[in-house]
Amino acid sequence: MVIDWLPSVLIVTLLVLAVIGGVRRANLWRAGQPDKVNIVAGLLAMPKRYLHDLHHVVERDKYMSRIHVATAGGFVLSMALVILVHVFGVGHQLLAGALLVALVLMFVGALFIAKRRFNPPSRLSKGPWMRLPKSLLTFAVTFFVLTLPMAGVLPEGTGGWLLTIVLSIGIVLSLSEMLFGMTWGGPMKHAFAGALHLAFHRRPERFGGGRSTGLKPAELGGKVHGVAKPSDFKWNQLLGFDACVQCGKCEAMCPAFAAGQPLNPKKLIQDMVVGLAGGTDANYAGSPYPAADGKGKALGEAQGGINNVITAGLIDADTLWSCTTCRACVEECPMMIEHVDAIVDMRRFLTMEKGKTPNKGAEILENIIATDNPNGHSPASRTHWAADQNLPLMKEKKVVDVLFWVSDGAFDMRSQRILRAFVSLMKAANVDVAILGDEERDSGDVARRLGDDATFQSLAKRNLATLSQYEFNKIVTTDPHAYHCLRNEYGDFDDDGVLSKGASGQGVEILHHTTFLNQLVQQGLLKLDAFKGGKVTYHDPCYLGRYNGEYDAPRELLRSLGIEIAEMERSGFRSRCCGGGGGAPITDIPGERRIADMRMEDVIATSAELVAVGCQQCTAMLEGVVEPRPVVKDIAEILVGQLAEEVH
Amino acid sequence: MSLNVVSLVSVGRHPQSGRARRADQDGRAVELGLKLVAKALSVVHVGDPDDPVLRQYAGMGLPSMTILKQDKSIDAVPILSQFLQQEKIDIVLTGVRAESGESSGMVPYLLAHALGWPVVARVADIVSVKDGEAQVLLALPRGQRRAVSVKLPFIASVDHAAEIARQSAFALGLRASIESVESVGEVDRIRVDWQESVAKSRPKRLKTVKAKTAAERFKAATAKPEGGTGKVMKNETPKEKARAIFDLLLEEKVIR
Repeated sequence: MVIDWLPSVLIVTLLVLAVIGGVRRANLWRAGQPDKVNIVAGLLAMPKRYLHDLHHVVERDKYMSRIHVATAGGFVLSMALVILVHVFGVGHQLLAGALLVALVLMFVGALFIAKRRFNPPSRLSKGPWMRLPKSLLTFAVTFFVLTLPMAGVLPEGTGGWLLTIVLSIGIVLSLSEMLFGMTWGGPMKHAFAGALHLAFHRRPERFGGGRSTGLKPAELGGKVHGVAKPSDFKWNQLLGFDACVQCGKCEAMCPAFAAGQPLNPKKLIQDMVVGLAGGTDANYAGSPYPAADGKGKALGEAQGGINNVITAGLIDADTLWSCTTCRACVEECPMMIEHVDAIVDMRRFLTMEKGKTPNKGAEILENIIATDNPNGHSPASRTHWAADQNLPLMKEKKVVDVLFWVSDGAFDMRSQRILRAFVSLMKAANVDVAILGDEERDSGDVARRLGDDATFQSLAKRNLATLSQYEFNKIVTTDPHAYHCLRNEYGDFDDDGVLSKGASGQGVEILHHTTFLNQLVQQGLLKLDAFKGGKVTYHDPCYLGRYNGEYDAPRELLRSLGIEIAEMERSGFRSRCCGGGGGAPITDIPGERRIADMRMEDVIATSAELVAVGCQQCTAMLEGVVEPRPVVKDIAEILVGQLAEEVH
Repeated sequence: MSLNVVSLVSVGRHPQSGRARRADQDGRAVELGLKLVAKALSVVHVGDPDDPVLRQYAGMGLPSMTILKQDKSIDAVPILSQFLQQEKIDIVLTGVRAESGESSGMVPYLLAHALGWPVVARVADIVSVKDGEAQVLLALPRGQRRAVSVKLPFIASVDHAAEIARQSAFALGLRASIESVESVGEVDRIRVDWQESVAKSRPKRLKTVKAKTAAERFKAATAKPEGGTGKVMKNETPKEKARAIFDLLLEEKVIR
């Protein structure tokens, strides 16, 4: 280059601007509520979280994971070397050679990113994201040419003034994107915010293969309940929204989006960014919230600010109520953003501060408060289903091995068939079991997902007080929602260690009935005949699979009957929701299709005649699909049909 | 001139669980009051100011509630009539039927008697209030309505045909100020001797449905019961009308 000092001045200027932007951005996050985070440990753990946990999620898309490694790795390496070589002027040829290699690596990665942008899938955001590959290529090419003289390949001063001008423009353009844009809200923001988000994640338990799915308790009695304004989020939640890369993997997985309900998880997170930074959604360049009437809001109409109420102008309440809390978006998000936490936080405001739970929500919550069950049945009729089951009550037995948590399925005739099947299996295996009977209450799942954390906390505390009177080693339930509450959410209120310590001091084992039945089968306590029906598929309930990681026990049980499972395209951690979670059937936000119908189409695509389920809610939703359709049965019902007769 | 509306509320009882709750019709009385005057509505209860059920009413968006602090054994009516006389009130709203104790069954009538005001029973809606007169819709069986106009002040008991009470928001209930007012009351001597027992629904005579088609069944379910013995008297003199009523009472052995 003719002017030696120009590149270094440009680089340093943009670096300084990037630092200023970074401080400004951090101040935006700091407007959020305090949350206890170990800053040092988080920063130290960040590289491992990035290389291991995040990469593990990205790895599901091999193409993307490889080109991201090449591009991002190449960029980070070359940026470090650029500072050494071009700013500090370390003139070693080897260093310059390494820089050239890193830039080539980045160039190749960026080429593939550019290729994907030729015909991008609808889930990807366009707009500035279409510009990014060009900026990446400009960066690689500019610095490659700029470094050639230092590596001794070209003589100094090649190209004269013309090349100097071209290269200077290249430096300004590419570094504006890569450094300035990183902290001032460009597409590269994902790298800056994403790295810090990984360091200060609100659920550090998720890293290293762990699982953290229980909702955090709402603070009751404060100035505001739930999240009204962006500033009511914890600061690291705000940071998490900023980490979004707008890849749209969440959108592609969201059952509500597919059903045409007004929810798009990606747009929701982008609206949260609009809320925290202020302004409108005019620059959003992805799919909008679906609108059943085909109209929807025009871009630019949604307006937000850090201290503006979110549901007054930024997003519609219906968007929040469309979510089934199935966690498919969270599972899929390569940046490990927690969409469901944010949605429930905002629902809490609508329910506890506004009293605006839509449709049947208010009635259901009132029933739960007055009768401890969502449909307002007499609490004294909770055990009617078991009139002929000869099941002992905890009140009489006091000490038992297995406490069977019946859940509200006790009031529903279809669910009662599952309960009876499970009881028959336990009797066949001579399990020492008892139920709470009328002492049991709703687990609080629905109340909590509908945003009424006050009622959830009251139920949790009262249920724990009831449980504290008795001794038992295990709690087994056929309802994955109650299972999730007992296992992952009651701990926050279990001050006396009713579940964490239990009567034995070892802690109470909380099991889903499929896990428990699988143990019985493994131990040879259940004699089962081979299943001779037709083709069978298995539907993973969200609250069993994604929430609790139990994918194997139900499958092993089916296999123990000699069933070869015809898996659906979306199964395991990618299972599609039945539409029954998160109070969605209660709030019933209209869309173009029903989620349950779409799931049944998945089932039919396997040509199975029977779909095995492990959840009464899924059973109800899938059986609600009009016939002809495959038969829907809980695994307990299938097993009880194959129970071998004792031969004497 | 701004309207002065009071809704009287009681502690209800859930029909299935027997647990204390926001009484259904009293909730509707608050809803109607909120519709008429929004936050200017006063909501009054006689009883224990610490009762958590009151927060369920307050959660409907009431900034405050007035509780005339009294023991359970005290007769609410004299306290209420004294309280209502002190303020310049235009409309008092109550429920039609009690869910527990004497909450609202007789209260509107006894209050009206004490205050010398008219009672409008089973109100479905108060459409408008203009020039000291309210346009009121009364609820009749089978979804029918009767429009009447009533001079202020009056007491209205709110039917379950009225707009359902809005959702009670936990935080609003928590924040509302509950103003406890001391009052002098007297023991309800009649109630002291009462014995409470669970109500049993009267056995129903089985109705054999002879209808063969869906249309007939629909008609049977919706048609007005045909008594046949009733008579509409419009043009007769008041004396003749009174005579007819008297004869009917004799015939039905109400008076002997």
